[in-house]
Amino acid sequence: MTTTTEAPAKTPLVRLTACDKSYGNIIALGGISLEVDAGEVTCVLGDNGAGKSTLIKIIAGLHKPSHGSYEVDGVPVTFDSPREALERGIATVYQDLAVVPLMPVWRNFFLGNEVRKRLGPVRRLDIDFMRKTTKKELLDMGIDLRDVDQPIGTLSGGERQCVAISRAVYFGAKVLILDEPTAALGVKQSGVVLKYIVQARERGLGVIFITHNPHHAYPVGDRFLLLKRGKAIGYYSKDEITRDELTAQMAGGAELDELHHELQRGGKAAAEAAHVLEEEVQELGITHEPTAGS
Amino acid sequence: MSQTVATPAPPARDERLGRRSALARLLARPEMGALVGAIVIYIVFFIVAAPFREATSLSTVLYQSSTYGIVAVAVALLMIGGEFDLSAGVAVTSSALVASMFSYQFTANMWVGVVVSLVVALAIGFVNGYLVVKTAIPSFLVTLGTFFMLRGLNLAMTKQVTGNVATNDVSNIDGFGSAQNVFASQFTVGGVSIRITLLWWILFVAVATWVLLRTRVGNWIYAVGGSAPSSRAVGVPVNRVKIGLFMAVSFLCWFTGMHTLFAFNTVQSGLGVGNEFIYIVAAVVGGCLLTGGYGSAIGAAIGAFIFGMAQLGIVYAGWNPDWFYFFLGALLLGAILLNTYIRRRAEASR
Repeated sequence: MTTTTEAPAKTPLVRLTACDKSYGNIIALGGISLEVDAGEVTCVLGDNGAGKSTLIKIIAGLHKPSHGSYEVDGVPVTFDSPREALERGIATVYQDLAVVPLMPVWRNFFLGNEVRKRLGPVRRLDIDFMRKTTKKELLDMGIDLRDVDQPIGTLSGGERQCVAISRAVYFGAKVLILDEPTAALGVKQSGVVLKYIVQARERGLGVIFITHNPHHAYPVGDRFLLLKRGKAIGYYSKDEITRDELTAQMAGGAELDELHHELQRGGKAAAEAAHVLEEEVQELGITHEPTAGS
Repeated sequence: MSQTVATPAPPARDERLGRRSALARLLARPEMGALVGAIVIYIVFFIVAAPFREATSLSTVLYQSSTYGIVAVAVALLMIGGEFDLSAGVAVTSSALVASMFSYQFTANMWVGVVVSLVVALAIGFVNGYLVVKTAIPSFLVTLGTFFMLRGLNLAMTKQVTGNVATNDVSNIDGFGSAQNVFASQFTVGGVSIRITLLWWILFVAVATWVLLRTRVGNWIYAVGGSAPSSRAVGVPVNRVKIGLFMAVSFLCWFTGMHTLFAFNTVQSGLGVGNEFIYIVAAVVGGCLLTGGYGSAIGAAIGAFIFGMAQLGIVYAGWNPDWFYFFLGALLLGAILLNTYIRRRAEASR
């Protein structure tokens, strides 16, 4: 990938600065800043309801931030629709992947962007080209499909995820937003997807990797944004944080501690669980802090 | 297959792909169940009914099948696109009534009535489609509503205009002859009379098949039926595709209506009720999934052919025609079971 503008310093592909989003009187997101560089993976971590999906929707162009600035290649932007974001090279791979299970892999790959050739007055699909391209693009991502004519529903979850990723890459994505790509996958399949995330990074793409699993985020991430209740509770580059610290932050040491006390009150079996939990808390090196807010 | 990339060229066939026999690959086609069924039924009638063996009988069966098969083509496309149209049966009659009454009442050239009827038919299709995509109410309910409305309109308007339940004979109106040539003529090949609807039927099936498999719109039809939200997410104009499909159904309803009009000169206003199920049965027997996203136009054609064979074969065999609907129901169940079985096997073999 070539940089077209001679920026004095390295301009991140995507930069959010102090973004807020409120729906009526509900503040879904407050003061979030985030950067994604080319060839970098920025992980967004947070539990359910932390504001991850609101953040994606802002970056993907579904929502506009209430306050704060959103820059792409250093230029402030406001997107009215996901299509505009897509035109700027920001592609989102949602959890449902936007594939049609009964259709062949290659038809899914080109769905909505069909390649056609002219045949007299009418235009027909260039099936041969689309088949070959699908096969080649997937091979470049390291997926060696047996048959691009098989219905995409017959692929495994990880493979389907990868088809969706390579489709976004092929159609000119510079920034990939991956919405919990490993959430519904087993250990092995998750590993496959993580491999493709690294592959996309190696190809010079910026990746925003949404997840609630620090064990998935840490090995591939360059930066980590931790969200909780709509606020950033930490923003680190990889050399500033270890995996255990990340896990501890994510798990919310204070909550774990509280849970431990709760379980201890719950009787014999629960007390045993509490003991295990306590050990884990100590292992992670969580310091006791008063629970903020709640 | 040549490969220009420097990476080790993937072989033309992947070595992990066991060679599926030609038969297994054929069986994976959606219309295979129907084809097998059609052959079996043909053989049965061929054995039990002597008149069935004659070429003229086959011509009659094909004609009968074509009158159902033309609309069934569009109904199959609509079903692949994930929707139903219960108003298709009476819409055929509506089209014929409009053309007939318009030309008769305004003493206009027959072709004016034909064009007015086309506009009305396309409007019906548009309204069906628009209501379905805008309200997100299942098409089953929306078109059930338009079915009853059209049924009432057909009878009430005809009685209002002509004072009768049928339209007046239009065979003396200018342009009747040329319109009849287009919609309802016949010619003789080797002593067997062939109705022109058969040719139209073949043409519509061929066009629909080509559109489905070789064009972008065809891709979109499978996609909106397979998963409308996913299609929308990748930029497929889901609503336009669905409205277009409803209009395709009403276009072929109009065509069949024109055939009815020019074949019989008058139109009974009560005609067509129940035919909507025949179209749907033909599509389903032909391998279309009720849930959308899977099926073929050729399958629907074979489905209509099975229907035509059964309807006339019972007569040729001298069986009591009262049993026809029982037979039809059994046929439908059998075809669906066979389809399901074949599809499962085909998918398992992938």
